[in-house]
Amino acid sequence: MKGSVAVVGGGIAGIQAALDLADSGYKTYLIESKPSIGGVMSQLDKTFPTNDCAMCILSPKLVETARHPNIELLGYSDVKSISGKAGDFNVKVVRKARYVDETKCTGCGTCTEKCPSKVSDEYNAGMSKRKSIYIPFAQAIPRVATIDATHCLFLTKGKCGVCKKVCGPKAVDYEQKDKEIELNVGSVVIATGFKPFDPSILKNYRFDHPDVITSLQFERLLSASGPTQGHVTKQSDGKVPKNVAFIQCVGSRNPRINRKHCSSVCCMYATKESIIAKEHDSELDITIFQIDVRAYGKNFEEFYNRAQKEYGIKYINSRPPEVIVNPDNSLSLKFEDFNTGDLVAKNFDLVVLSIGLDPADSTQALARSSGIALDDFGNIATTIENPVETSVAGIYVCGVAQGPKDIPDTVAQASAAASKAAALLSGERGTLIKERAFPDEKPLSPEPRIGVFVCHCGINIGSVVNVPNVVEYAKTLPGVAHAQEMLYACSSDSQVTIKDAIAKNNLNRVVVASCTPRTHEPLFQNTCREAGLNPYLFELANIREHCSWVHMKEKDKATEKAKAIVQMAVAKSALFQPLYKQKVSLINKAIVLGAGVAGMTAALDIANNGYHVTLIEKEKELGGMLREMTELYDGKRPADVLKDLISKVSANKNIKIMNEAKLLKVEGYLGNFRGVVLANGNEITVDFGAAVVATGARNFEPSGLFNYGSDKRIVTQAQFEKMLGTGVNAKTITMIQCVGARSKEREYCGRTCCVDAVKNAIRIKKANSSANVYVLYRDMRTYGVNEKMYETARDLGVLFIKYDADKPPKVQDSTVVVHDSMMNEDIEITSDLVVLSTPLVAGENEEINQLFKIPLDKNKFFLEAHPKLRPVDFATDGVFLCGSAQAPKLIDEAISQASAAASRACTILSRKFIETEGAISVVNEAKCIGCGTCVTVCPYNAPSLYDATVKVEEVTYTTKKSKINPAACKGCGSCAAACPAGAITAQHFSSKEIGEAIDAFDKGVKSIFIDKGVVEVTV
Amino acid sequence: MSAEAVAATTPAKTDGWEPKIVAFCCNWCSYGGADSAGMGRFQQPASTRIIRVMCSGRIDPLHVFNAFLEGADAVLVTGCHIGDCHYVNGNDKTKIKYKYLENVVRELGIEKERLQLNWISASEGERFANFIRDVTAQIKKLGPSPLKPEGVA
Repeated sequence: MKGSVAVVGGGIAGIQAALDLADSGYKTYLIESKPSIGGVMSQLDKTFPTNDCAMCILSPKLVETARHPNIELLGYSDVKSISGKAGDFNVKVVRKARYVDETKCTGCGTCTEKCPSKVSDEYNAGMSKRKSIYIPFAQAIPRVATIDATHCLFLTKGKCGVCKKVCGPKAVDYEQKDKEIELNVGSVVIATGFKPFDPSILKNYRFDHPDVITSLQFERLLSASGPTQGHVTKQSDGKVPKNVAFIQCVGSRNPRINRKHCSSVCCMYATKESIIAKEHDSELDITIFQIDVRAYGKNFEEFYNRAQKEYGIKYINSRPPEVIVNPDNSLSLKFEDFNTGDLVAKNFDLVVLSIGLDPADSTQALARSSGIALDDFGNIATTIENPVETSVAGIYVCGVAQGPKDIPDTVAQASAAASKAAALLSGERGTLIKERAFPDEKPLSPEPRIGVFVCHCGINIGSVVNVPNVVEYAKTLPGVAHAQEMLYACSSDSQVTIKDAIAKNNLNRVVVASCTPRTHEPLFQNTCREAGLNPYLFELANIREHCSWVHMKEKDKATEKAKAIVQMAVAKSALFQPLYKQKVSLINKAIVLGAGVAGMTAALDIANNGYHVTLIEKEKELGGMLREMTELYDGKRPADVLKDLISKVSANKNIKIMNEAKLLKVEGYLGNFRGVVLANGNEITVDFGAAVVATGARNFEPSGLFNYGSDKRIVTQAQFEKMLGTGVNAKTITMIQCVGARSKEREYCGRTCCVDAVKNAIRIKKANSSANVYVLYRDMRTYGVNEKMYETARDLGVLFIKYDADKPPKVQDSTVVVHDSMMNEDIEITSDLVVLSTPLVAGENEEINQLFKIPLDKNKFFLEAHPKLRPVDFATDGVFLCGSAQAPKLIDEAISQASAAASRACTILSRKFIETEGAISVVNEAKCIGCGTCVTVCPYNAPSLYDATVKVEEVTYTTKKSKINPAACKGCGSCAAACPAGAITAQHFSSKEIGEAIDAFDKGVKSIFIDKGVVEVTV
Repeated sequence: MSAEAVAATTPAKTDGWEPKIVAFCCNWCSYGGADSAGMGRFQQPASTRIIRVMCSGRIDPLHVFNAFLEGADAVLVTGCHIGDCHYVNGNDKTKIKYKYLENVVRELGIEKERLQLNWISASEGERFANFIRDVTAQIKKLGPSPLKPEGVA
């Protein structure tokens, strides 16, 4: 067994898996084929359904990955093959030649600027040009240049060589060759993602016309970092389009080209792109041509409704067979208007093809070379009960490589794969990781001796701001003992220079004037630590993003402003004091609330990772909702799956089951919680470091809807599912979808109801092919590979009839009258059974949300920390979420999420201690008046009041005083701003420190003009 | 004195004069918005001096007065959009404090343009730049702050 894991693919799935594994004590190799990690998500403008900026949420993960001491990033590298067995794999990796030395390149971009060779830019989906030596996008990790060998003039023709000439750090190396290396790891996670469908196969969609573009191209047009800076224009003439058509299911749900799957994400990304386009240009007319609108995820239906009501986006239920190019080169579409039955032709300025997700070529190649089984669609094959385990033990899969899915499902699956790999290697946890070691801090002399390092950032700062002038000015500032300029403050040689300067000049504060602290502060803080300085004695002055980049034409003013920014940083830094993160011990045990399939899976995964779990279930029996089911989507018996799971949970020594139990009280914080559980009439105290909430949901009872309750022939899908277990004797069965869902009372889509209905329809037909089964639906939402079941049902003769929300079916006794919205006529179905498909609704979540202070959404499901990138986390550290408690989901999704929650919990349980925030707030007891304002203001319960005995001369009395728990404080400083007595100091952002910065913002910034040249003067 | 009379006696304030604006930005959103403005090269007047705090909830009304007394021609209080606060609800508190602050500032006879609140996400670079442009133009019209200490430009 080896304590290391290879993660293949550096998109969001691979990044999440790598971060989870590295945080849980495993050495992780992240192997990415492209020059930068980030995957397709890095190309997205926004993400649905919140319209969050994709890069803004992704970029911190990229930086975290690059900086993690236990992640070794192998960028621009391909995996050739995987051999060996669980615990001991050999992974052959080809490190492709970048022709640039990664260790020397600073990512300054000078080479790119000077390179004369322009080629199509794949980051902008071919709609702009990049250079042959390039960094794919601004936030690329690793931030190093790569030479495109197929286009480089030097490598192809032996001419040019400009990049080598202009490269300051001498990083360009035309002699570099591909290099094959072999990694020996304990486990492998495959996260190779997908390939966007190439619509040129479908000649009828005229992708050769410049105004027929893919949805990914449209996404780039919307992006501020895209080819048109976010202005949607036609590729043909650069004009602004007046109307846009989206054609859905291009490369999906199309058996003729062997694309039988639904790509899961296109309906929502088309909706998102439409909304953003409308936000840019409210006059734009947008029509989305669709077969079914599959808004099945959390808040998707609400998003779809907003698109129609607030943004006026039109959805037409028709799939135009072709894009017609008119003689004047304009575009039009012919489609059937189901309201009138007429064939309509309409002109569109721009046609967007909503392209599907194809399996990546690399996935298939790797699967073949390494003996990993694929499914019918070309994805890596898995099962419902083991949604991340491949056919080879010890190799796991996540993300779209396993089947089409959206970002949160991908992220959850990535954590799930990490959990499985970690459990496999739990005996080797921590054996191959390294912790960064720093020298002891040198004692702080009382006088500030500040070092100022002003960065040119190549030409990014230096071409606008007069850097020598700023250096000269910095030297005149009080407390400054040393000032110098640097070409690239962030390059590795500059770190050596800074450390030398600290030693030579006995500096005790460091100010670097360069870029934003949001990305670069930790780098320089570590440099300070390596030089024996406390990291909190460092300050960044942002003279790039906030100065040179935004005042490019006002060089003098930019220089004056840079001086002021440096002056503020210097003034503030003089007051800095060393701060320390406290190490707090933690309890390496977890609790899991709810013992359904999600809760049991989470408990088992945590236990298999080597940690003790208390599994708390309110019912007597374990199993939750799976006990009510009689068949899984793949034909397996739920009872068998459940029996296996229950026996594993019961036999596991690390799991303590408490049934008929209820959590009554919780106190504490991340790593150190204490709960009180009521079980068998006794109150039992349970200490734990992390908790997983897996309390599930319940079936909606459709009282009063469709005459439910008036006739025993009208049943719910859940009841029908049970009946099917013993056999149903009925000739004609009519199912009605969206009962109590997608309505005024319950706006959300039930997600599982369409799949359940189709599954049960197939069961009836298979048992009795002469039975008549009707499914009355609004949109069939058999997303992803579930589309296969929908196809099977139709092949078996199940009849699907579409109805409109405003003309719902009527049920009298057991006769159903439905208005077929496609045929535009009423159909009467005399049925033996009417089955109402109802959604899952939230359970008793309000009790738990109060215990942990975790939020609920408007439907009373739990609200995750972030809908995209933290789908199983809560904003409250140490508490995690999985299964239908978050929103309705299918069993395999609930299982993935449960493993994901386990993985996230293990990133905490595997720690030796919890490190608190360093820059936290502290109370000055002498000033505190015990009013409790801070207690009210703090969202983390960090301050609390205690009885203090105060002695004033002869008098001794007891009063309330506040104290702040350093482990709970996040350092926001709200309490310091609210304290009426001024008793609270927000360290590192104290009123004194802020005051010095305010004081310095305009103090005597005067012009000093000196000749250009390197200035290094020690005052 | 009538408004016209004031205008007649006051020297042309806008000629080449650049206001000095102090902007409080929270680390997670509006400071990121200012960064995004840089990354997107959204040009803006060089009038602003940004002071970073971790949360807009940290901004004490006294910091705002301090900035005015040090010669700021305008003070901007910025943070995450409501609901987006990295610290759960820090910006809700900012909103409450700001209401009182606004009243006091009005009482002191300071024009409303000189104190502004804005929610800017880390992705809204253009919004940040537009905000700075707008505020700078407004303050240029108003001229230097009446609270500006003597001798400060």
